[in-house]
Amino acid sequence: MAKQVGNEYYESYPNEEGHFGPYGGRFVGETLMEAIYALETAYNRYKNDADFQAEMDKDLADFVGRPSPLYLAENWTQKMGGAQIYLKREDLNHTGAHKVNNTIGQALLAKRMGKTRIIAETGAGQHGVATATVAARLGMECVVYMGAADVKRQAQNVYRMKLLGAEVIPVESGSRTLKDALNEALRDWVTNVDDTFYIIGTVAGPHPYPAMVRDFQTIIGREARSQILQATGKLPDALVACIGGGSNAIGLFHPFIADESVDMYGVEGAGHGIETGQHSAPLCAGAPGVLHGNRTYLMQDENGQIIETHSISAGLDYPGVGPEHAWLKDIGRAKYVAVTDDEALQAFHDLTRMEGIIPALESSHALAYASKLAPTMSSDQILLVNLSGRGDKDMHTVAALAGLNFEE
Amino acid sequence: MSRISQCFENLKADGQTALIPYVTAGDPEPWVTVPVMHALVEAGADILELGIPFSDPMSDGPVIQKACERALKYEVSLIHVFDMVKKFREKDTDTPVVLMGYANPIEAMGYKMFAQLAQQAGVDGVLTVDLPPEESDEFLSLMDEHGIDTIFLVAPTTSKERMAKIAQYAKGFIYYISIKGVTGSAALDVSSVEAKLADLRSCTDLPVGVGFGIRDGQSAAAVANVADAVVVGSTLVRCIEEHADRPEELPAAVAGLLAEMRHAINARDMAK
Repeated sequence: MAKQVGNEYYESYPNEEGHFGPYGGRFVGETLMEAIYALETAYNRYKNDADFQAEMDKDLADFVGRPSPLYLAENWTQKMGGAQIYLKREDLNHTGAHKVNNTIGQALLAKRMGKTRIIAETGAGQHGVATATVAARLGMECVVYMGAADVKRQAQNVYRMKLLGAEVIPVESGSRTLKDALNEALRDWVTNVDDTFYIIGTVAGPHPYPAMVRDFQTIIGREARSQILQATGKLPDALVACIGGGSNAIGLFHPFIADESVDMYGVEGAGHGIETGQHSAPLCAGAPGVLHGNRTYLMQDENGQIIETHSISAGLDYPGVGPEHAWLKDIGRAKYVAVTDDEALQAFHDLTRMEGIIPALESSHALAYASKLAPTMSSDQILLVNLSGRGDKDMHTVAALAGLNFEE
Repeated sequence: MSRISQCFENLKADGQTALIPYVTAGDPEPWVTVPVMHALVEAGADILELGIPFSDPMSDGPVIQKACERALKYEVSLIHVFDMVKKFREKDTDTPVVLMGYANPIEAMGYKMFAQLAQQAGVDGVLTVDLPPEESDEFLSLMDEHGIDTIFLVAPTTSKERMAKIAQYAKGFIYYISIKGVTGSAALDVSSVEAKLADLRSCTDLPVGVGFGIRDGQSAAAVANVADAVVVGSTLVRCIEEHADRPEELPAAVAGLLAEMRHAINARDMAK
């Protein structure tokens, strides 16, 4: 079913220009060009450096708590009546999501590059918290840009970042969500480029970010691959992960790309429904363009203006997507689908009740699609879902939908 | 010779420094842009820079971002920008017009269509903030085919080696960004600009314009000491913002501001 892609994929993408086919690249203003080349040089130097890797492995084990377990969701599997559903438990990481895998790597790099100040953008606040966490530990100044709308719906994460010593700057421009936070972080970087390291939270932005963040996140897929082989003696038949920028999805998918028998499904936020236009599904309903340093699928109007997105989940509420996903879509290696807010919420409640696991609303999108896919598969097949984060941060959103308000 | 190169030749012969004002097309209302362009030329502009509104202008500060938002309220698109240039050309066939903006609106139209329509409208140059030489191969050859100068930025962070590379691709003039920062963010330091321009001039014979941080006659004259062109943007756009509710006064207001800079630059040019 999926197009076959061999091991040569790993050598070919991205190429030296940071391109994944026509996607990716280095579309930034001149002031940042030397900075992204310096980052690329530093990353290439340290990615195969034994000391760097050892420090990173130690942090991932002792600070993050890796490896994260692979959990067979038996009750849910039984209810779905199809494939056996395994959950990769990134929700059990320190700080509650996969985001920390990447912030640890980038912060160690920042330290080696002699940078003293860290900036980041955040949507749901998970990347902001993960960044503030590593900055606190390394004793670095940390500034997090967050859309004003997200500051409101993720108040708890905002407080966590402040406790960790980060300055959180609400961004009032544009749609006041993740894309505007990214604009503002880029403006900060241009202004403070000498001492500042920009920790991008997803597999987007100018080269080398999409490749570097992917490499830091592939720990998810590498672990999952050996765990499922150990547990079942075979590879999974399908992988499912949610996609905002796409870092948890590429982290899971990438180590399986050359395994032709493994289907891959990236799940975007369909919001109120693709047909309403109020969604955040650029791969399903967008068109290629250039934003935030790379060429990729974007939600845009016919004049190339970026349009506002909607998702119940702040982490998916972004008009672009990592360029490697754009390429995997075009070559047919991965399939991209979307589920609505309502479907994600249903999955959120189902998993909570059936398995005693409260998933993040982002991850609930992957779960919702898995619940459609599993019944179409046979009971000897394996479906591996990335449970990218936990739902603690979403209590306000879910409670408000049930008519509850914690402040009252 | 392109209209931009001709313009610089003429100024050089007269010992003058070019003055290049920037306004965002369609800000605060679409109808006012062409009268503003004429008023700026009247007040001493040598080349006009017209901003293409974009929803996410990440290299610009809040002043120009708000200008984009005002223009986008009227859904000002590239087609409208070309119409404005066409209309401007009905009365002014001498003053070069440079479009400045971000890659995505141009990508959405398609490079080829953009080049054709820009040429037809009478556009002379294009500066795409987030399209560095690395990503410009196709764009450069199409612009060249249609006689449109591709203007590139050089920043305080640009190495000399990179300057030489950029100079190979640049046409018309090179735009030096005087500060590390977004548009309208801080005042410039002329002595550090001067040092960097010496490097740049060793890589190119093209005229060099300097922008970012020029706020009044004094800073304009100081930049004129080291540059071939003085680019002024946020100061004019701030004036437009202040007049947003009475756009009919705008042509006179921006012309007044620009004239002050023109006089200061002329006084300096005379002294030289």
